[in-house]
Amino acid sequence: MNALRDILSQGAQMSLVLGLAPLLTGFVRKVKARLLRRRGPPLLQPYRDLIRLMRKDVVLADNASWLFRVIPYLIFAGTWVAASLVPTFGNGLLFSWTADLIAITALLGSARFFQALAGMDVGTAFGGIGSSREVMIASLAEPAMLITVFSVAMIAGSTQLSSVAEFMGSDAVGLRVSLGMAFVALTIVALAENARIPVDNPATHLELTMVHEAMVLEYSGRHLALIELSSQLKLLLYVSLIACVFLPWGTATADAGVARLVFGALLYFGKLAVLGFLLAVFETSIAKMRVFRIPEFLGAALMLALLATLLRFVSGSL
Amino acid sequence: MIAVALWSVAALLALAPAGIVLSTRPRGSIILYGGCLIATSTLCVTALSDLLFFPHLTPSATLPIGLPWLGAHFRLDALSAFFLVVVNLGGAAASLFALGYFRHEDSPGRVLPFYPAYLAGMNVVVLANDAFSFLVAWEFMSLTSWAMVVSHHREAENVRAGYVYLLMASFGTLALLLAFGLLASGAGYDFDAIRASHPSVAVSGVVVILMLLGAGSKAGLVPLHAWLPLAHPAAPSHVSGLMSGVMTKVAVYGFVRIVFDLLPEPVWWWSMVVLLVGGPSATLGVLYALMQRDIKRVLAYSTIENIGIIFTGLGLALAFKAEGLDWVAALAFTAAMLHVFNHALFKSLLFFGAGAVLGATGERDMEKLGGLIHRMPKTAFAVLVGCVAISALPPFNGFVSEWLTFQAILLSPQLPSWGLKLVIPAVGGLLALAAAFAAACFVKLYGISFLGRPRSDVAASAHETDRFSLTAMFVLAALCLVAGILPGLFIDALAPVSKDMVGNIMPHQVGLQWLTIVPIAESRSSYNGLLVFLFAALCGTTAATAIHRFASDRLRRAPAWDCGYPDPNPAIQYSASSFSQPIRRVFGSVIFAAREIGEMPPPSSPAPARLQVELHDLIWDVLYAPIAKVIGFATDRINILQFLTIRRYLTLVFVALVVLLLVVAL
Repeated sequence: MNALRDILSQGAQMSLVLGLAPLLTGFVRKVKARLLRRRGPPLLQPYRDLIRLMRKDVVLADNASWLFRVIPYLIFAGTWVAASLVPTFGNGLLFSWTADLIAITALLGSARFFQALAGMDVGTAFGGIGSSREVMIASLAEPAMLITVFSVAMIAGSTQLSSVAEFMGSDAVGLRVSLGMAFVALTIVALAENARIPVDNPATHLELTMVHEAMVLEYSGRHLALIELSSQLKLLLYVSLIACVFLPWGTATADAGVARLVFGALLYFGKLAVLGFLLAVFETSIAKMRVFRIPEFLGAALMLALLATLLRFVSGSL
Repeated sequence: MIAVALWSVAALLALAPAGIVLSTRPRGSIILYGGCLIATSTLCVTALSDLLFFPHLTPSATLPIGLPWLGAHFRLDALSAFFLVVVNLGGAAASLFALGYFRHEDSPGRVLPFYPAYLAGMNVVVLANDAFSFLVAWEFMSLTSWAMVVSHHREAENVRAGYVYLLMASFGTLALLLAFGLLASGAGYDFDAIRASHPSVAVSGVVVILMLLGAGSKAGLVPLHAWLPLAHPAAPSHVSGLMSGVMTKVAVYGFVRIVFDLLPEPVWWWSMVVLLVGGPSATLGVLYALMQRDIKRVLAYSTIENIGIIFTGLGLALAFKAEGLDWVAALAFTAAMLHVFNHALFKSLLFFGAGAVLGATGERDMEKLGGLIHRMPKTAFAVLVGCVAISALPPFNGFVSEWLTFQAILLSPQLPSWGLKLVIPAVGGLLALAAAFAAACFVKLYGISFLGRPRSDVAASAHETDRFSLTAMFVLAALCLVAGILPGLFIDALAPVSKDMVGNIMPHQVGLQWLTIVPIAESRSSYNGLLVFLFAALCGTTAATAIHRFASDRLRRAPAWDCGYPDPNPAIQYSASSFSQPIRRVFGSVIFAAREIGEMPPPSSPAPARLQVELHDLIWDVLYAPIAKVIGFATDRINILQFLTIRRYLTLVFVALVVLLLVVAL
C-alpha cells in the first residue's frame, strides 16, 4: 500500500512538473506584458505553441548528423528527470534518493553539454557563437551553483534534497547570514541558467545578443518543441528549488495525509506565482548586460557562495 | 598468483628483443601486439581475481637478480593488484588498438622493441617490494617511453619534447632516489623492513615532499607538468594513451605506496601540501587544455586536471586520517582510487579516438577537422561517450568519482585544524571550476573536430578506422558506462585496498536497494546511476514514441537557416580558438597573460587584417626559464675548460687531487 502511494506520488510529481512548466512560463510572460502595459498573450499560449510545433514537419539542415536529431530527446529526458527529483508540494518522493542536489546539478550539466554540441553540429556561425557563450556562462554558473549547494548542504548536513527541505522547514535553522548569501547566489545562478534578463534575453531574435536562442536556431518542429519544453521545465525546476530550500513552509512531509498534501499543493502554486511575479518584475526593471559583464555578475554569485561556505566553516551558527 | 604475474612480465620482457626482429617482418607488428595483448590480459585477469577473491593474501617472491645481497623482492597485495588491473587493462586495450593502428606507423622498428619493455616496466614498478627494483623499473619505464616519444625524431617539436621529458624524468628519479635513501638509512632497501622501521616525523615530512616532487613530476602535477603536454602527444597514439591513462597512475601508485603504506601515521600538514598542489593542478590543467587546438595536447593537459582531482582525493584522505576520522579517509581514498580507474578508461579511449582521427586524416589540429561524425560515425560515437564521461556528467563514470570526492569535502567541517578548514572549501571551489571547464573543453574538442562541416580536404575525405581500433574503443566506452551505472561493484572491489591503506572501508554497497551508492548515510547523500540512466532512457523513449505516434514524424531536409545568411565556406564556422575566446578573455588575461593583437592594414591597402593571440605559460616563464637561464650561463662559463692544453688538464687533475687529500686529511 505504501509502495503504491509512493509510486503514485512520484508519478503525480512527474506529470505535475510537465503539465505546470508551460503555465509558469505563460504566467511570467503575461505579468511582463502587463507591467509594460500590453495585454500580452493568454496564459495558455505556451501550450498552444508546443502543440503547434509538435504537429509541424521538422525541417532539418542538409548536413545535420544523427546526434542533432537525438539531442532534443536527451535534453528533455535529462531536464525532466532532474525536475521530477525536486520536491514540489511534498517531500519523501519514492525516488528522491536516486540523485542528490549535486547529481541534479550535474544532470542539468549533461543537458547543457548536449545543447552546446547541438549548436555546433550544423556548422553555422550563429550556432558556434551560442555554444561558445553558453559554455563561458556555464563555466561560472555551474561552480557557483555547486558551491551554493555545498553551503546549503553543510548547514543541513545533507545533500539530499528531501532532507535539506525537511531541515529547512524545522525550527533548527534560524536566521543565518550564510543562507542569505546562498539565496542571492542561487537566484543569480537561476537567472543565468534559465537565460533570463540580464544574462540573456528569452525573447530576443537580434543576432548578436542571442545565446540560448542562437544554439537552437536550426531546430524546428517537434525538436524545437521539446527544447522549449525543456527550458520551461528548467525554469520550473529552479523556482521549485528556491521555494523548497528557502521557502519550505507548508511542504507536506513524507507521511502526510491527503488534506496536508492538498494544502501543500495549494501553497506550492502560491509560491510559484509569487516567485514568477518577482521574476517578471525583476526582468522588466533591469536592462540586459553586455556579454562580458556577465562574468562579473556571475563572479559575484561565485564569491557569495564561497563566502557562505567559508562562514559555515568559521562558525556553526552563522 | 604472483608466479603467473611474474611469468607474464617475463614474457613481455622477452618480446622486447623479439620486437627488433619482428619489426622487419610484414606481420611482425601483429605478432608483437598480439603477444602483448595476451600477456597483459593474463596479468589483468590474474590481478582482478586476486583483488576480488583473495584480497587478504599477500603472496611475495624473491628472485636472485638485482643487488647481490638483496635480490629482487616482489609482492602482490590489494593495492598492487588494483594498480595491476589498471595498468594491464590500459595495456590490453592499447595493444588491441595497436593491432589495427600499426598500419599508420611508418617506422615500426622505433616502437616495437620498446612497447613490451615499457609495459613490463610499469608492471614491475607496481609489483616491486624493494627500493632497488622499484627504482630500476621506474627508470626503465621512463626510458622506454622516452624512446617512443622520440620515435618520430625528424620533427623538431618531438626532439624538444624528448629532451624536456628526459630532464624532468631524471629530476623525478633523483627525488625518488633521495626519498628512498632517507627511508633506507635505518632499514635497508626492502619495503617490509622500511615499513617496520618507523622513520621519525621530520624524515617522513621530507620524504612526503620528495615523493610529491618525484611522483608528482611523473604524474604531471602543476608546476612540474611542463614536460607532459609536450611528451604525451609526441608518442604514437596508443603509447600516448598508455602514458596519459596508465603511466601517470603508476606515479600515483608510487606516491600512495610510500606515503600511505611505508610511512607512519600522517601529520596534518602533509595533506595541506598535497591539497595545495592538487586543487590548482585540476583547475589550471583544464584551463590550459581549453586554450589548445591540437587534439592530443588538449587530452594531455586534461590529464593534468584529472591527476589534480586524484591528488585532491589523496590529500583529503591524508587529512582525515591524520585527524583520526578513518571512515571519511576511506571515502576520500576510495574516491581517488575510483578516479584512477575511471581516468585510465576514458583517457585511453579518447587518445585512441585521437589516434583514429590522426590515422584517417593525418591531422591533430582541430582547425583542420570538422564533420567527422558523418565519415567516422563509430569512432565519433565512442569518442562522444569518452567526452561525456571525462566531463563528469551522469550517468557515466567520471561523475561518480567526482561526486564521492565532493562528499568527502562536505565532511571537512569536522576537521579541527583551522588551516585545513580554510583550504578545503577553496579546493572544493577549484574542483567545481575544473568540472565546469572540463565540460567546456570537451564540448570544444568534440564540437570542433567531429561536428560541423569539414574545414579541410583531408577531413572531408576521411574514412572509418579499422575493426581492432573500434573494438578497443567500444570496450572502453562500455566500461565507462558500466562503471557509471553500477559504481557500487567497483567501490566494494576497492574495499581491501582502502582497508590496507587508510585502515577503514566505505560501507558495503552491493545489496543496497536498487544498487544505490550511499557513502555515509542515506539521509545524507545517495546516488543511483542505474536509476538515473533508466529514468532518462525511459523519459526519452516515451517522449520520442509519443510524439512520433500522436503528433508528427515527418521530416524534410533543407539548407541550413543561419538567420538567413548561410555561407557555404566552412571557414565561417566557429574555430577552436574562437570557441574558447570568451573564456580566454575572462580567465586568460591573468593566468596566461593573454593578449590579442589586431593588425589593421591602412585604408586602401588590400592586405588582410590579422588577429594574433599571445598566450604565455606563466609557470614556464617564472619557474623554468630562469633555471634554464642560470644553467645556460654556468655551462657557458665552464665551457672554456673543454679546450685546454694537456699540461693544464694535468695541472687541474693534480690540484684537484691535492685539494681532495687536504679535505680528507682535515
